[in-house]
Amino acid sequence: MTPVKRSSVKRRSPLQGGPLAYGVLIAATLVFVFPFYWTLVAASRSNSELSAATPALTPGPNLFHNIGEALQQAAIGTALVNSLVVAAAVTAGVVLSSTLAGFAFAKLRFRGRGLLLAITVGTMMIPPQLGVIPLFMVIVKLDLQNKLPSVILPALVSAFGVFFMRQFLVQALPDELIEAGRMDGASSLRIFWSIVLPVARPGMAVLGMLTFMATWNDFFWPIVALSSQNPTVQVALKSLGQGYVPDQSIVMAGTLVGTLPVLVVFALLGRQIVGGIMQGAVKG
Amino acid sequence: MATLSAPLRSSQPAVARPRRGARLAPYGFLAPFFVLFAAFGLFPLLYTAYVSLHRVELQTSERMDWLGFQNYTRLFEDPFFWNALGNTFTIGLLSTVPQLLLALGLAHLLNYRLRGRTFFRVAMLMPYATSVAAATLVFAQLFGRDYGLINWALSTVGLSPVDWQANTWASQFGVSLIVTWRWTGYNALIYLAGMQSIPQELYESAAVDGASRWQQFRHITVPGLRPTIVFTVVVSTIGATQLFGEPLLYEGNSGGGISHQYQTLGLYMYEQGWTFFHLGRAAAVAWVMFLLIVVLALVNAAIAARRNRTDR
Repeated sequence: MTPVKRSSVKRRSPLQGGPLAYGVLIAATLVFVFPFYWTLVAASRSNSELSAATPALTPGPNLFHNIGEALQQAAIGTALVNSLVVAAAVTAGVVLSSTLAGFAFAKLRFRGRGLLLAITVGTMMIPPQLGVIPLFMVIVKLDLQNKLPSVILPALVSAFGVFFMRQFLVQALPDELIEAGRMDGASSLRIFWSIVLPVARPGMAVLGMLTFMATWNDFFWPIVALSSQNPTVQVALKSLGQGYVPDQSIVMAGTLVGTLPVLVVFALLGRQIVGGIMQGAVKG
Repeated sequence: MATLSAPLRSSQPAVARPRRGARLAPYGFLAPFFVLFAAFGLFPLLYTAYVSLHRVELQTSERMDWLGFQNYTRLFEDPFFWNALGNTFTIGLLSTVPQLLLALGLAHLLNYRLRGRTFFRVAMLMPYATSVAAATLVFAQLFGRDYGLINWALSTVGLSPVDWQANTWASQFGVSLIVTWRWTGYNALIYLAGMQSIPQELYESAAVDGASRWQQFRHITVPGLRPTIVFTVVVSTIGATQLFGEPLLYEGNSGGGISHQYQTLGLYMYEQGWTFFHLGRAAAVAWVMFLLIVVLALVNAAIAARRNRTDR
């Protein structure tokens, strides 16, 4: 909760980076980026070129053919649509429920506040993976297995999201604004709608981006709840990895297509996502 | 309830003195979160302990037969459970330690005045945006024994190829490398954020006193980052105890290799539940993992408290 102003992120470091710093950073960047390049290479070659004595190191001509095969053989098309639906629904749910609860924790006083906040923060660190067995039994009972609500419902709220929005609103929302709203006789809902929401928007945007990426990439629960007949992208990738499609170049084409949407989001909003993670780190 | 609310009431600030009708409003704001959180977050977590005391099979998951602690005794008699526990520790060390050290070094460099620093930051975070499944499929390809690029590179420089799957240490290194690749940049940014909140004057006066950059790093940066370091250690050790997707897709089977050489606890739990259909036994594994996390958190807290005491 250290109050760190945005400007401090931009303050100038007295240490000028030398050639060594650039050298190491460029080398590290190459290591981080190489697997993406290799995915493109492998996805655009044929299987026999990948298993040649001297592997091809540059992209080849088969990219669209391989992507077509991946779409057909591993239901990647369905998977993309499903993942988009799931990630959009979950993002909307998490951002809304977190902003509501985060506002209450940040600015309202009520009985049990400390206890409820402690429960929220205390369970933040517990991996959801540990609850999958009862969760599985519940969705079997509700007959939701292999249907999209099975992966949407349990993900609609997030303890991290509530904490994130609380930390954001504690600083961003001046008490005087709410006080002024009360003086004017506005109801709590009205105050939330016309005072809190506009102020909360930047925090909601960052939380939304992080939630979207995390949901798109979620693995354990979707592979338990869904199957390759009605997969999300990660479920389809699991089928690819388990030899469902033996052709390596098609596996890599599927991987490329499944990763591309997140990479596009990242290319457009990378700077904001970096900022969000760094802000969250200092506040958390 | 009365004792709990007493101190709260006395510290009630002016801002939120609600009118009579609005007294319930805070609970309304909290309801969407807490109703779903209780149903899909808290309840499954606690109910796992109850399920672990029963025989529950995957195909007939609505039927539960009381077993007492039999799932646990069977677990502790299973050599593959202890194998998975050991692998979780070694892979945890192999991934967490290099990951955090590299992140610290990179954050230090990113903190310099640099051209294109946004580019470097975004590039470093790209692996974090990649899913476990996608990253593992690509690395599994690179680590291929016969046609993998890594063995090809080794042979071109005159080294003998490595069996990255069947060899215990090589396979554990391979799995750990995927984790390290995905999380190093993320942790570097967390450290960078921590470094930027260390007051600049400390460095300036140290430089006046003739401290080298290494001494500044050792005596100003690292102590200033301690809370951040504790945070990343806790988060990555919890992540390490849960490791699942990487070993599952490394070769695509839930056994974690031909002789279970890189099967982690997370994977062992999945194998019990969804390969062998023993949901009750899987719940016992989940509860053991939960206790493991609690122990690790306590150890972490104790170490952090002790270091604080010796420092002051």
